[in-house]
Amino acid sequence: MTALPLPLPLPLEVRDLRTTLFTRRGEMKAVDGLSLSVAAGETVALVGESGCGKSLSALSIMRLLPDPPARIIGGEVRLNGRDIVPLPERAMLGIRGKEIGMIFQDPISSLNPVTTVEKQIVEVLMTHTELGRGQARVRAHELLELVGMPDAARRLDAYPHQLSGGMCQRVVIAMAIACSPSVLIADEPTTALDVTVQAQVLALLKKLQAEAGMAMIFITHDLGVVAETADRVVVMYAGRKVEEAPVDDLFESPLHPYTVGLIGATPTPGAERAARLADIPGMVPPLNALPQGCAFAPRCTRVMDRCRTEKPALTVPAPGRLVACFAAERG
Amino acid sequence: MSLLSLRDVRVHFNTSGGVVRAVNGVSLDLAVGETLGLVGESGCGKSTLGKAIMKLVPVAGGEIVVEGVDIAPLNREQLTNMRRKVQMIFQDPYGSLNPRSTVGRSVAQPLVLAGWKAAAMAERVETLLRWVGLPSDAKQRYPHEFSGGQRQRIGIARALALSPKLIICDEPVSALDVSVRAQVINLLEDLKSEFGVSYLFISHDLSVVEHIADRVAVMYLGMLVEVGGRDQIWKSPQHPYTRALLAAAPIANPKLARARQRTVLQGELPSPLNPPAGCPFNSRCPIAEDRCRVDKPVLRPVGNGAQAACHFV
Repeated sequence: MTALPLPLPLPLEVRDLRTTLFTRRGEMKAVDGLSLSVAAGETVALVGESGCGKSLSALSIMRLLPDPPARIIGGEVRLNGRDIVPLPERAMLGIRGKEIGMIFQDPISSLNPVTTVEKQIVEVLMTHTELGRGQARVRAHELLELVGMPDAARRLDAYPHQLSGGMCQRVVIAMAIACSPSVLIADEPTTALDVTVQAQVLALLKKLQAEAGMAMIFITHDLGVVAETADRVVVMYAGRKVEEAPVDDLFESPLHPYTVGLIGATPTPGAERAARLADIPGMVPPLNALPQGCAFAPRCTRVMDRCRTEKPALTVPAPGRLVACFAAERG
Repeated sequence: MSLLSLRDVRVHFNTSGGVVRAVNGVSLDLAVGETLGLVGESGCGKSTLGKAIMKLVPVAGGEIVVEGVDIAPLNREQLTNMRRKVQMIFQDPYGSLNPRSTVGRSVAQPLVLAGWKAAAMAERVETLLRWVGLPSDAKQRYPHEFSGGQRQRIGIARALALSPKLIICDEPVSALDVSVRAQVINLLEDLKSEFGVSYLFISHDLSVVEHIADRVAVMYLGMLVEVGGRDQIWKSPQHPYTRALLAAAPIANPKLARARQRTVLQGELPSPLNPPAGCPFNSRCPIAEDRCRVDKPVLRPVGNGAQAACHFV
């Protein structure tokens, strides 16, 4: 009799992650109990406005927080089943770039300005794989072809300033996927790019992901990009997850008033045109002055007395969906 | 009569690498009460064109006619009168306000230049701040005390001070978060219906332009490639570049996004120092032929009041 195969651990599972900024103005809960998981081949979009904690969540997962002031004070980040939060920085050096790749918003400052493209890719390969220099150079060329770099052979000797923003982002992507990581975190990877180049980069990321089965976390403030790329969406507000849903459900029937507001505030060409965009009054509160109850209460159209004193917990209104809102619970 | 009429406007910059024709012969009309969206990717010259209308960059040639007066040849003093009619708001609400000036002083600056009396000026500033939804105590405070969206409101109040006919909005919401962006767009639309002001709305964000504009002009490498009504541009774009731009713009609706045909435009904008001969778009165009590499197409009517610059439409 053969034993049942053990279920494979998910590539990425974050449980109750808490990251606090310790500043002169007090402690700020930048990430306040975030849980999320990403399956192989799946794209989870992390959405929210500036200051909602989406980038700090990504940096926490990568263990790239600026310490001080930021520190993970609780929770787990399970990468292929292993919690990496307690690991020393030495161990993280072997994990970043190998098991988990990252792409940042600004491709030009992500690259070393005084080193050629080839050397930067070769360095990643030689750090994390057994390849010798010669093999690594061959692989670097293959990777540049794979990410669709025009005239790849010639670009190997280029320095970042000789390339456009879109080309630099392709180099960053080549480095991020060089060691076939199981998890890829893309933090606003197309925000700095023009719309036609953005479309190229999004198509490239989807293609690479489909080929390698990577789990991808896609951080963005742009709901258009979410609709184009995500399978599942996590909406964050003031450091907390306020809603999670499959992408179609989220756009069709958003539950949290913040999600409703975000979607209403985004013009959607081709759909029925609203005469006026829905606007959410006020702005995201600073982390050191969060209201006592639900952080969204001061801007919420459906606010109740209870919202001002109690923080709503995440509930499961339907299979696969989560929402943290008293009003949404009542329907 | 058009409120603003551009005829063959050119802006050239001399750089160490040669002459950049940032605006290379643009002709365009903007009617009273109209919002004209000007779209294109970075480096296409859309912001430079906006600045040229304000005479913030030297104009190398062409006519810029505001209410029948060509302002291109005017000097500083002669421009004062024009500047009451045309104002501008900028992308960066941080960089466009003097950090050492109170908000009240910044908003009053155009009134000072126009020679207003102190009492009338104070009243006007109050009114302006109310119009843009800022508390009246804002006038004693400094820009750093305000958020990005509020600073953009301050910029709008200043632009409104002299009751202009036209406001050139250069990426006014690009630096703002989604919810705040919607607030500012709604404010601009409210001000338009209240005061009948016209906008030249410069943006790279097609969904925002589609929402706010009556007509749309598409720019590529310093030239207009297509001009038309919003619906016409969106539903039946004629120029291959317009089609590519619309296909590339993300749509915040997963079902529509999946349903549409998508051809991703290859390549990137050529260097403006060394633009292709013939049609500026020929190096990336999916339907380019030999003729396009030699003959430069001109903007011509293609029906429905629209114009396109392509040999094949």
